[in-house]
Amino acid sequence: MKKESLQIVRDPSCLLVAFVLPLILLLVYGYGMSLELNNIRVAAVLEDNGPLAQSLVQTFEASRYLKVLRRATRKAAEDDLTNARVRAVIIVANDFSKNVESGRGGSIQLITDGSEANSATIIENYVQGIVAIWQRHQAEDRHQIPSESGTIRTRFWYNDELDSRFSLVPGSIVLVLAIIGTLLTALVVAREWERGTMEAMLATPIRKSDLFIGKLFPYYLLGIGSTMVCVIISRVLFGVPLRGSLEALLAIVSVFLFAALIQGFFISTVTKNQFLASVAALVLSFLPNFILSGLIFEIDSMPRWIQMFTYCFPARYCVASLRTVFLVGDVWPLFTRHMTAMAVIGIFFLMLAVHVTPRRLE
Amino acid sequence: MFQRILRLFIKELLVSLRDPKSRFVIIGPPIIQLFIFSYAITLDVKNASLAILNHDTGIEAQSVIKNVVSTPVFTKVITVKNEEQVRDALDKQIVSAALVFPPNFSETAAGRSAQPAPIEIIADGRRANASPILVGYLQKMIQADITGRMRESGAAADTGGISVVTRHWFNPNLLPRPAFIPALICVLCAVVGTILSGLSVAREREIGTFEQLLVCPLTSFEILVGKTLAVMLLTTVTAAFLALIIIYFFGISLKAPVIYFFLSTEIFLLAVIGVGLFVSSLVTTQQQAVLGCILVLPPSIMLSGFATPIENMPALMQWITVANPVRWFLIVIKGLFLRGMAPEAIFENLWPMLVIAAVTLSAAGFMFKRRRE
Amino acid sequence: MSTNGSPPSDGTSGIEIRALTKCFAHNQHPALDGLSAVIRTGRITGLVGPDGAGKTTLLRLIAGLLEPTSGTISVFGFDTVRQTDSIKPLLGYMPQKFGLYEDLTVQENLELYAELRGLPCDEKKSRFDELLRFTSLGPFTDRLAGRLSGGMKQKLGLACALIKMPRLLILDEPGVGVDPISRRELWRMARDMVTDQVIILWSTAYLNEAQMCDEVLLLEEGKELFFGTPAELMSSVNGRVIHITGLEERKRRAHLAVLLRDERVRDGTIQGDGLRIILDRPPARFSGDLFPTPPGRFAEVSPRFEDGYIDILGGIGSRQSGLTDRFRVIPHNEGSVVEARGLTKRYGNFTAADHIDFQIRQGEIMGLLGPNGAGKSTTFKMLCGLLRPTEGEGFIAGENLQKAGSHARSRLGYMAQKFSLYPDLTVRQNLAFYAGVYGLSGKRHRQAVDEMIDLFELAPYAGTSSGLLPLGFKQRLSLAAALMHQPDVLFLDEPTSGVDPLTRREFWGHINALVEKGVTVLVTTHFMDEAEYCDRISLIFGGRKIAEGTPSALKAMARSNERPNPTLEDAFISLVEQTKERD
Repeated sequence: MKKESLQIVRDPSCLLVAFVLPLILLLVYGYGMSLELNNIRVAAVLEDNGPLAQSLVQTFEASRYLKVLRRATRKAAEDDLTNARVRAVIIVANDFSKNVESGRGGSIQLITDGSEANSATIIENYVQGIVAIWQRHQAEDRHQIPSESGTIRTRFWYNDELDSRFSLVPGSIVLVLAIIGTLLTALVVAREWERGTMEAMLATPIRKSDLFIGKLFPYYLLGIGSTMVCVIISRVLFGVPLRGSLEALLAIVSVFLFAALIQGFFISTVTKNQFLASVAALVLSFLPNFILSGLIFEIDSMPRWIQMFTYCFPARYCVASLRTVFLVGDVWPLFTRHMTAMAVIGIFFLMLAVHVTPRRLE
Repeated sequence: MFQRILRLFIKELLVSLRDPKSRFVIIGPPIIQLFIFSYAITLDVKNASLAILNHDTGIEAQSVIKNVVSTPVFTKVITVKNEEQVRDALDKQIVSAALVFPPNFSETAAGRSAQPAPIEIIADGRRANASPILVGYLQKMIQADITGRMRESGAAADTGGISVVTRHWFNPNLLPRPAFIPALICVLCAVVGTILSGLSVAREREIGTFEQLLVCPLTSFEILVGKTLAVMLLTTVTAAFLALIIIYFFGISLKAPVIYFFLSTEIFLLAVIGVGLFVSSLVTTQQQAVLGCILVLPPSIMLSGFATPIENMPALMQWITVANPVRWFLIVIKGLFLRGMAPEAIFENLWPMLVIAAVTLSAAGFMFKRRRE
Repeated sequence: MSTNGSPPSDGTSGIEIRALTKCFAHNQHPALDGLSAVIRTGRITGLVGPDGAGKTTLLRLIAGLLEPTSGTISVFGFDTVRQTDSIKPLLGYMPQKFGLYEDLTVQENLELYAELRGLPCDEKKSRFDELLRFTSLGPFTDRLAGRLSGGMKQKLGLACALIKMPRLLILDEPGVGVDPISRRELWRMARDMVTDQVIILWSTAYLNEAQMCDEVLLLEEGKELFFGTPAELMSSVNGRVIHITGLEERKRRAHLAVLLRDERVRDGTIQGDGLRIILDRPPARFSGDLFPTPPGRFAEVSPRFEDGYIDILGGIGSRQSGLTDRFRVIPHNEGSVVEARGLTKRYGNFTAADHIDFQIRQGEIMGLLGPNGAGKSTTFKMLCGLLRPTEGEGFIAGENLQKAGSHARSRLGYMAQKFSLYPDLTVRQNLAFYAGVYGLSGKRHRQAVDEMIDLFELAPYAGTSSGLLPLGFKQRLSLAAALMHQPDVLFLDEPTSGVDPLTRREFWGHINALVEKGVTVLVTTHFMDEAEYCDRISLIFGGRKIAEGTPSALKAMARSNERPNPTLEDAFISLVEQTKERD
């Protein structure tokens, strides 16, 4: 056990992974990933040059969400859209003013870039919102305020401002732990096979359980250490609150690490080769944790068979639990449910690992 | 010189392909991932669950509830009796949103209430991605229900408002798959290319053949070219496989000539391999090489616009993404598959990758040269 | 030379091997084939045999790391399959690479193995002190194991295996890559350990080590070829070993080549200024006309273990190296072909090589000899342009490889340590690659590859991945790769490390043929009998050249009253020791 710890300390790349990588990933997540959109480049074509049309486009230009580029013709704007220079095109047709003034209600045309499906939806909502605001202003000018229904009020619990960082940052701790837990363990143990130290180890009277604990415990500590780094970064840099208790957080992380470490050990014992171990760890751990954990993509919306898949990765439980412990508080019924699931996965892999870990060289 | 590069190139291919395990690595995982991820990646919300707390007794609330329940967005609806239960259900993530009807909702909805009380939508702020979409759905449905009712009762006049007529090009129904699958080529090839090139030199250093290479009459330039071309070919095979699956299995057709696809893929790979070889030139062991790749890959995927838009990043981050080949190729690949981008527009996004390739490859070459001395 | 430190006590039977067979999936020939033997306690039992004879497999089977395909092994009465747990506490095992954690210090490695072997805490301190004194690693407890020299690693490996005094100590080729001084120390340590209760199993490729064992088990193709005392084996060649002296030093190689073609000769090697040959039967008389050539003095000498070994394995045959006919003749060139001028390499405060000078004439074999970490490899790498010298210059065929273009490197053939080949490529693919990067193309490329396969008899393995080749074939392939382009100069870094004596003979047959063609050779080696093949030897120690001369000149330097007839190994050790004293 001590040996592994010393080895970690000796090998600067391990420390790099444990402490620098979390920093980079969290910065990338915190600053780089946000589901909101600002400064969207939009082309506007004014076929109608009347004051109403001008005033509408000025409202678009005033919005902080949009960056409006005026184009002379429909063709030019559409080319921009095709060539990914703008994300949407707004067209004000030449009968716009006439229709509005005649009280028939005008219409503007919005063409979005469907290849960015989520941005397209968001842009559509923004444009509708801005049009509604413009209309209200117009009505105020004419002193005929339309009936304000005010029938819906929306609240986001746990995250009033709906800051996407609040949900991405706690979730991304899972990614960091997956790298340390699975990838690093897989690499280190595979290296032992390559270098022949495993051979010397097998010739000693060591028990399998000692071997497991001795190999994995230092990485567990490393994982806990970098969890702490993550917690501090998310508090200090991103202002993410930790509403639950530290004990609950540590309990969740511990169970997750247990499962992740065992997976890493299992991978390395099967591959016995650093190159393959790293690829396997990437395929089995990192990418699923990124995509199948609910971190970014909603699990409920996935097809049934993919959902079944996500149950097999401890990441989905950990993401949900970590978000809860950060944003909600100690919801033990939820935690115990998720921790049990992770433990079951861990024990399953433990049994596999015990099964494949040889007492001999073959 | 060409003879030597050719031999080196053939050797690199053989080294990667002779071992069945590494042969599998080039083709297997990318294809498996393509299938799983293309089904897993979705940004719309379906099968969500909703809690309803109804303090109102009128039919108006019932009608709203009926409307909401009939959509595929919510497949599980539970009725709760008080605020306490709402909190409990949300806390434990039994539901992802709740709808609270005030006692005088019916009057409000009918425009008869003196003190209009709003209907309340409570969404789970933990899920910053799904919640706004859910709320959007709910708002639309409720609004439609209410305005419909108001018009019927004549409480609200048709004000002749302005409508926004929206069309979504390239993907009219905003399906998630056409939007994401071509991008997966980009991400998966970045992973394969970086790992293959990142490990290639480190592996030779570990088995000792790198020294042998250095005493051969090979220049650093030739070593670099041979290795780059080999990884390029292997990753192109991966890319071609993925493209075929996308075209024939997922039915997303290529809107540009095939030659554009290969040309831009090669330029992208040149940049990716440049990064990989640069990592490789800095490390001495395979373990370090893998860690180097891990340090490079996740940020370049996350900062590419693949999952979240670049426009919203802070200025500094946006500047960093300029050096990320994945960002540029992502635009190109969607341009090729979905939009039918014009050649000059493709080129606009290709030259930054050429610059990245030039910089990283010469840096890698420089490091090899220094190491040799 | 005395064969044994002490006469073997009778001992009780410790290891009983019965009809042991072991097959591996990837090989149709069994690694061990119906082997039976009883190894007794109280002695050092040597395990020798050519590569792939099954030595490592046998050791792993005894250690319980592998399961036999059929047959049984019992160690001190415990079955290695069913009672592994009872054996392990009695076992000390040092695998080929010493099994050390290179990122840990000496002390930490000891602590780790103490824990693994369940050494009680209160015994730890005294045991560590004892082992550190024993191995003289005391001053280095804080050094990382990866930074130790080969000899020190070996001692640490041994210390780790000895942490809890084992009853069975298994050492798998402990001497590979380790210089003679360290090997002698290791031997002394092992000798001190043997008591009536203990078995030491020592597998080795160094036959002078085998000669010192109490008993030797000689394996070939998984079968026992000989099991008995070294003396018994040596007596089988009594009267057949002949030393020929009084030859012109420059002509030894030519004479040897002629002699080896004689069918009466079972073995022949160069020894200093003379030749040592084994005949198929004792000659009737010793006179100058025993052989038509060489006109030297003949004398019967007492056999060594190696003589008996080569003889029992059937001699080295009478083939001549194919290179004699196939390799081009290098045009004659006066002056030095390889030259080191004040080569110096410093890393911070540490000087790895300190103003090393030497010159090698065309057609000469120069040996760089020295303990591990003395600076041989550094010098070597500076010469061929892999390292930039801090000071000084190296020239090969008149060019400084640091500065010259890549074409200059095509005059050099380089055989790296550990026979660096692409393990996943086949033999043919490896050769094709090296031929290609040396600029051969088209028909010449194909011809060169075919020729090498033919010359080095690689045809049966042409389609095999080189990683799966037996060590001897790896070495052949590695030499073939270095010779593809018919270079003027050949650099060999530890070319026969770990390779068995038969293969070594054959290797030197090729090298001698090349030298006759005018190729200039620089070689680093640990094998002293190999150094005898060199025309001149440069002894490197502590980064400096401490002596240079012909093998016989070096031996003369070490001649003393108590040692009138020193071997090259003796010379090596005494010269190094003299330098140590002077410092």
